[in-house]
Amino acid sequence: MSREQAKTPGGESFMETVFRRLIRDRAALTGTVIILALIVLAVFAPWVTRHDPIKQDFNRLLKAPSWEHPLGTDQYGRDMLTRIVYGCRYALIIGLAVSAIHLVIGVVLGLLAGYYGGWVETVIMRLTDVMLSIPSVVLAVVLAGFLGGGVQNVIIAVGAIGWRAYTRLVRAEVLSTKEETFVEAARAIGCSDMRIMFRHVLPYTLGPVIAYTSLGVATAILWAAALSFLGLGAQPPTPEWGAMLADGREYMADAWWIATFPGLAIMVTVLGFNFFGDALRDTLDPRAERRLRG
Amino acid sequence: MLKFIIRRLILLLPVLLIVTVLISSLLYFSPGDPVQVMLGIRANPEAVAAIRAELGLDKPAHVRYFIWLSNVAQGNLGRSLQRNEKVVDLIAETIVPTLEITFFAVFISLLLALPIGVVSAVKVNSWVDHLLSFFSLFWVSMPGFWVAIMAMLLLSMHWGIFPISGRGGPIWSVEGLRYLLLPGLILGIRQVAIISRLIRAGMLEILNADYVRTARSKGLAESVVVYKHALRNAMIPTVTIFGVQLPEFLSLAVIIETVFAWPGTGQMLVDAVLKRDYTLVQGIVLIYTLVVIVMNLVVDMLYAYIDPRIKHE
Repeated sequence: MSREQAKTPGGESFMETVFRRLIRDRAALTGTVIILALIVLAVFAPWVTRHDPIKQDFNRLLKAPSWEHPLGTDQYGRDMLTRIVYGCRYALIIGLAVSAIHLVIGVVLGLLAGYYGGWVETVIMRLTDVMLSIPSVVLAVVLAGFLGGGVQNVIIAVGAIGWRAYTRLVRAEVLSTKEETFVEAARAIGCSDMRIMFRHVLPYTLGPVIAYTSLGVATAILWAAALSFLGLGAQPPTPEWGAMLADGREYMADAWWIATFPGLAIMVTVLGFNFFGDALRDTLDPRAERRLRG
Repeated sequence: MLKFIIRRLILLLPVLLIVTVLISSLLYFSPGDPVQVMLGIRANPEAVAAIRAELGLDKPAHVRYFIWLSNVAQGNLGRSLQRNEKVVDLIAETIVPTLEITFFAVFISLLLALPIGVVSAVKVNSWVDHLLSFFSLFWVSMPGFWVAIMAMLLLSMHWGIFPISGRGGPIWSVEGLRYLLLPGLILGIRQVAIISRLIRAGMLEILNADYVRTARSKGLAESVVVYKHALRNAMIPTVTIFGVQLPEFLSLAVIIETVFAWPGTGQMLVDAVLKRDYTLVQGIVLIYTLVVIVMNLVVDMLYAYIDPRIKHE
């Protein structure tokens, strides 16, 4: 039986519990609203703003915030608000794609390590240790740099570094789950290893992993923005927040708004995913809650 | 203790070897030719071939790797492809500023995170605890480079409290400290949010332990319970947390160095990556890995010192 089907003593389903907590908890609600707003802005960007995010306008260079341009214009006369709205697309795509990569690598390696144990586990966990001994930014910088910039390569670079935490998490969950009676029962009726791993063990470990993913999206967005900021990620004129910040840095003395607002956008987005992830973790991973709340 | 260290050192060799293989193969598969970058797009093919031969780039990858490895074993990291200087010298020049800013930041964060973590654990679920956790969530959601830029904009450019960027001198000189203060503080405070949360969690676990209950039931004053019984034991998770977070400090230092034009190895790495200076990148990654491994070793030794049980195992 997977956790989704389990009924709590109060008689409400697992999804109902999650939903009720998300509504009740103010931080969780804020997170949900921020994420929904991001999705709406990303999808409907051309309808939200009438300016073009890329086209330059030399009559409006470095204009301070005003009614016409609430967040000012940049050094090429582009409306900052428009660029930030279009930036939601990149933030969401990067955050989700990177997390998907982390999930796939982390879950597969964690499952294999936890389920088989022995030399499989030794090899996988040693590999994780090796990856952990290279500072993450160093690895990401080298990867992104040599892959040659661009949004796609940022996704690969950040995707290659963050899975280690997932592997450890999944492995720990699998280790405790594989002793459960239902796993023994599945084995007794002759299920294959693959079937036991993916149909019986995996659903049981997914709760904490899903909760962690929301926090992972937040981290991925921060990482990708940092790489773009260093000039190794999204390249101008892409309206990506990190790249916009790098632009703004050069005009800091004359136009504070170029560097300020993309950073705020990153912060609000990351905060949204962190709020949401925290609440999700409290619900999906009761053990973590007990650990943290005393 | 000596046996413990030697055993750990032997275990480290395979890790270092795998890292070198990883990095070398990464460099091998990456597109772009460093010699082209060096000579420009319109360089004549003969000159390119000559320089490739001179640098040994025409040999197959595994031969290059073994040549590099045997050189490394002799302490020779090769020459930078773009700067015509020895990689060892380049790193030696820049590693001191990097370690300066990293350890300054570690010191700051220890100074702040320990009391914050302990207070929020002792006063769990009080308004202080909620306020602190709210702030730390905000703080970790801000990109480090943005905080750095904002601080620079306000504190240095606007109010002129700190110098704008660069390094003033060694850490013990007044000028050096003046330049170090802002980047060091930003790097340190950034990690406080994460570390104080982890210390809080560790402290909470200890406050619920049997020996703390015993101490309380003996009628000891709460301050004695917290400081003598709980805090001492909280040092163990704290050391663990710092052990795990140390590479993060080095990581974030790469970004902070770049923002503040701090002449460290991190900034040089970004530059070397952008210029496809393979040998320099290889050397820097190796040194960074070595630093992390040594830091972990020191943390392990600290453990054995703080918790005598570990030595007996």
